[in-house]
Amino acid sequence: MNRVEGRDKVTGQATYAYEYDVEGVAYAFVVQSAIAKGRIRSLDASAALTTPGVLTVLSSADRPELGDTDDPELAVFQGPEIAYHGQAVAVVVAETLEVAREAARTGVRVEYDEEPHDVRLRPDHPGLYRPKVVNPGFPSRTEKGDVEAGLADAVVTVDEVYTTPALHNNAMEPHATIAVWGPDGDLTLYDSTQGPTGHRDITARVLGLPPERVRVVSRHVGGGFGSKGTPRPQAVIAALAARAAGRPVKLTLTRHQMYDMTGYRTPTIQRVRLGADAQGRLTALDHDVAEQSSTLKEFAEQTTVVSRVMYATPALRTDHHLARLDVPTPSWMRAPGETPGMFALESAMDELAIAAGMDPIELRITNEPDAEPGSGRPYSSRNLVACLREGAHRFGWARRDPEPGIRLEGRWLVGTGVASSTYPAYRRPTSASVSVLNGDFIVRVAAVDIGTGARTALTRIAADALGASPEQVRVEIGDSDLPKATLAGGSMGTASWGTAVVRACEALLKNGGKEATADTTDEVGEAADFARHAFGAQFAEVRVHADTGEVRVSRLLGVFAAGRIIAPKLARSQFIGGMTMGLGMALMEQTITDPDFGDFLTDDLAQYHLPACADVPAIEVAWIDEEDPYLNPMGSKGIGEIGIVGTAAAIANAVHHATGHRIRHLPITPDKLLI
Amino acid sequence: MRPFDYVRAGDGRQAVGLHEPGTMYLAGGTNLVDLMRLGVAEPDRLVDVGRLPYDRIEPVPDGGVRIGATVRNSDLGAHPDIRRRYPMLARAVLSGASGQVRNMATVGGNLLQRTRCGYFQDVSKPCNKRAPGTGCPAIPGEHHNLAIVGHSDSCVATHPSDMAVALTALDARVHVTGTGGDRVVPMPGLHRLPGTDPQRDTVLEPGELITTVELPAPPVGRSTYRKVRERASFAFALVSIAALLDIDSDGIVRECRLALGGVAHVPWRAARAEDALIGSVAGEEAYAAAADAELALARPLPRNAYKVALARNLITSTLRELAP
Repeated sequence: MNRVEGRDKVTGQATYAYEYDVEGVAYAFVVQSAIAKGRIRSLDASAALTTPGVLTVLSSADRPELGDTDDPELAVFQGPEIAYHGQAVAVVVAETLEVAREAARTGVRVEYDEEPHDVRLRPDHPGLYRPKVVNPGFPSRTEKGDVEAGLADAVVTVDEVYTTPALHNNAMEPHATIAVWGPDGDLTLYDSTQGPTGHRDITARVLGLPPERVRVVSRHVGGGFGSKGTPRPQAVIAALAARAAGRPVKLTLTRHQMYDMTGYRTPTIQRVRLGADAQGRLTALDHDVAEQSSTLKEFAEQTTVVSRVMYATPALRTDHHLARLDVPTPSWMRAPGETPGMFALESAMDELAIAAGMDPIELRITNEPDAEPGSGRPYSSRNLVACLREGAHRFGWARRDPEPGIRLEGRWLVGTGVASSTYPAYRRPTSASVSVLNGDFIVRVAAVDIGTGARTALTRIAADALGASPEQVRVEIGDSDLPKATLAGGSMGTASWGTAVVRACEALLKNGGKEATADTTDEVGEAADFARHAFGAQFAEVRVHADTGEVRVSRLLGVFAAGRIIAPKLARSQFIGGMTMGLGMALMEQTITDPDFGDFLTDDLAQYHLPACADVPAIEVAWIDEEDPYLNPMGSKGIGEIGIVGTAAAIANAVHHATGHRIRHLPITPDKLLI
Repeated sequence: MRPFDYVRAGDGRQAVGLHEPGTMYLAGGTNLVDLMRLGVAEPDRLVDVGRLPYDRIEPVPDGGVRIGATVRNSDLGAHPDIRRRYPMLARAVLSGASGQVRNMATVGGNLLQRTRCGYFQDVSKPCNKRAPGTGCPAIPGEHHNLAIVGHSDSCVATHPSDMAVALTALDARVHVTGTGGDRVVPMPGLHRLPGTDPQRDTVLEPGELITTVELPAPPVGRSTYRKVRERASFAFALVSIAALLDIDSDGIVRECRLALGGVAHVPWRAARAEDALIGSVAGEEAYAAAADAELALARPLPRNAYKVALARNLITSTLRELAP
């Protein structure tokens, strides 16, 4: 099934947040802090205010009134303290974007009392502590069995440190808001968000409004990858600016500003210790991470939680440590936790296979657990082994000589690698309605399509549930006035929304009337206690230039077991997109922090390298049919994130196979291979 | 919005006449417009020279070629004579930027583009090139893709052009016009090392305008351009090389041209390597000796020493590939 809004998108008819035509609109531009830590001593906006075309300036000097200020990233302009470089300190509202931007640049004089900042994460940082929970609510530390004894008894061990850099989501559409206050004090926000309902609730709370007075519209969203999963400061600033100006206000962050104000993936420093017996069975697994958050908020990426999911071991310890630095608050980026965690774990498993003289696929199969190692819960379904075997078959793994550094084609060293991937199958309460109109069906749910194809998948799901053709179904999403829904995040959108849509459709068929609604709160809450995860096996073939250290990925294959695949064409795109993002993480993506200035240096698309088309081979994607009755009425697991999870490790393992060099610190740039 | 005048010049003389202090020439705008948006360049007036009649690629009687300053990079890279007779130039041009950028970018503008050093492009930070006397934060800071040769305590920026590296190897002659009349600037020689005044990228005087780049007849030999970067396309070079090699029937190097990109404030003609090679017996030993002769000049910074190894490998492996 093709994307139902595909024609709108390619013909420019699809309206994104900044593009709504609003009468009398004014334009806002954010002024950011020039220091990483300290206080604003004085803020003088008089030059901006006397600039022709400028309507107003808001800053902490005005301390605009807010409701709930518990979230310091959203409680904008409430005080003089500066917690990170690039924090919003003022906003200029003007008749045009150009005037607003220029007045923001030259007309707002900010003086600071600067304090020394600390922006560098290091494994011996004195501020490292164990957070109580890690995202989204896991315990920080788990321990089962005797890890030290398991390591002492092991025939082979691995004890290595792996690091991943700070990474930025870089959605194509910037974070943008149009705020419109109605005559009765109601607020409409056209916003680029991954969850209209949650956005409305949070923004209303921050603004001190009841949620029914706020409406969030986001009919089309140009990517988010987690960075639009919660409201960002620009939404609150736009609302305050519109209130102060007495006009609707448009506010978009520039690409540079997105680097500071919309979240990023924390850098990680991970230590993995593995022990195995002579047969390759794990005797111990110890996975620890040091990572960062801001001084404003605790966000602890769940980096080592994957080790509670993957492999059977009698002794398992996972732990998280966090340093609070003078940096922006990190946040969700495609498969937070799984992505950096599996780079480390799956690199270490490759190292263990080599140390044990085993094939890396066989090592993983040897350690296939009967139940989830961390919790002891049974899996609703787990087909990692099937993915590994199917992938090995498709990739031609049987022909592989494990000896590293011996295949030279011209001046290119060739190698192959494998890694597992995993991602949880979540579901959250959602409501939906379906009504009959002239023989067609209108499905309503406050879901959102961030480019994944959600609108299309829901059309398919509703058509199947109604026994109708997709042409008879119109799905309305992207508006908080629709029945409340969870966000497009955690790969749970389709599962959550789809459950509600199916139940509403079933109710309609049962009542035979014109309309039916459903709320899945009870159903989701009563779900049986299983460990629910998708799994995958990812294979890479790389070519590394023997003289220059350039790495080219010549083959990338992902085989996934993710329940029933609802919309194959769009699912393939999701897997390919995830794997492409994983390729970027493996080879080139990194946000460099300047220790002296305390800011992100590589903060645009020229300096932060995302893969170009020339970097990306024809990616092969396959999936195995997986029947799992414990998920949801569609039998589906999420697919938006798992594609990225194992890619970087598969590529790093292939680089080792090609060259004999183990790169434990991403990205794998040529300098690291010029030894 | 900072106001500025925009005028389109009809010919070179008029363009020069329109140039006053605070004026900048605009052609494809692929670099200047970015710099204006960033606040790095703040001209009072733009004189648009993009449509001046310097848009031709023509043979000259001595066997060389004359390339107009407003020839688009994409047209230069695709030109049959350039591809056939100056393959290193065609390859260099096509390895730069993206198809869309090359469609806009001109030969003259490509030579005069500014460094992409992150500190230069960020007006909130000191930079001797942008704001003389403020200091160079790249030296203690982020410099993993900055210079290893010819830099100074004032500046460690690199020149970003690929095309200029090939032109440097090909002994290009840059024709300029200005209020003082016309003159010819040889390459190497157009770009200058940073010294204590890194704000000056080239030897051009204010108001001087590049009209033509002239290449002598191509030297005999096999040639290529090879660029190493952190992604396969649309990235600046870590190190690049324009190379030509001609070996006689006795195995003696008769002609050699070597220029490096990504290593210096200028497209770096590797004259010491050339001198070491010409007249010696072609082979691994000579290639390595040539590379070492050039890289003896290298003074890498703490985080870009890999470039010395990379440049060495690139010189030797490119020469190896060019040897028949």
